[in-house]
Amino acid sequence: MAADPDLYRALGDATRRIILDELADSDGQTLFEICGRLSMKHGLASSRQAISQHLAVLEQAGLVRTRRQGRYKFHHIDTSPLRSIVERWPIEQPEEPSP
Amino acid sequence: MRINITSVLVDDQAKALAFYTEKLGFIKKTDVPAGAARWLTVVSPADPEGVELLLEPDGHPAAGPFKSALAADGIPFTQFAVDDVHAEVERLKGLGVEFTQEATDLGPVVTAVLDDTCGNLIQIAAMK
Repeated sequence: MAADPDLYRALGDATRRIILDELADSDGQTLFEICGRLSMKHGLASSRQAISQHLAVLEQAGLVRTRRQGRYKFHHIDTSPLRSIVERWPIEQPEEPSP
Repeated sequence: MRINITSVLVDDQAKALAFYTEKLGFIKKTDVPAGAARWLTVVSPADPEGVELLLEPDGHPAAGPFKSALAADGIPFTQFAVDDVHAEVERLKGLGVEFTQEATDLGPVVTAVLDDTCGNLIQIAAMK
């Protein structure tokens, strides 16, 4: 798939994975809240500009979508691009234990 | 030297006074004409002789871009202390106040961010 390089690059960074963790914990956050969670909960000292760039990479990969509401911009997680991974390398279902 | 005044830039002083007193629960301290505007301050009922909050008109042309840029990224202009963020969020939502960040546990502190309806976001916080 054409989107794959963006997807794997986006997931390849630990800070971006933590951003996705925090959006999975509470979906729909402002840049300020994401920055606060990274610094206060994870001790990450990234600048606001750096986090904004991480969000742009996640958005490019389709993993984050932004929504403008009034004067504010909220970030939402979208895990649907991850489906391409298991479609490419299917996860076998564990066999049912025999009765 | 000590801090006696801190300011918040508001788009309408009368609207701001209503919001900061009727919703947030501050008390009007000083209200005197100052040219086209008012010298308008509020204080906390918990500390009426303490720091005053000046509800200052945002008429300077640089104020609009500054305020809208902060709001777009969800950045609060200032912070007020509360005893219980979760309870305060519930109380204020009951009064129709909008939040851009729900009560969030950030380790040493719980915070939330509300819209003051005058162009600013305000953070409320309680240290644990």
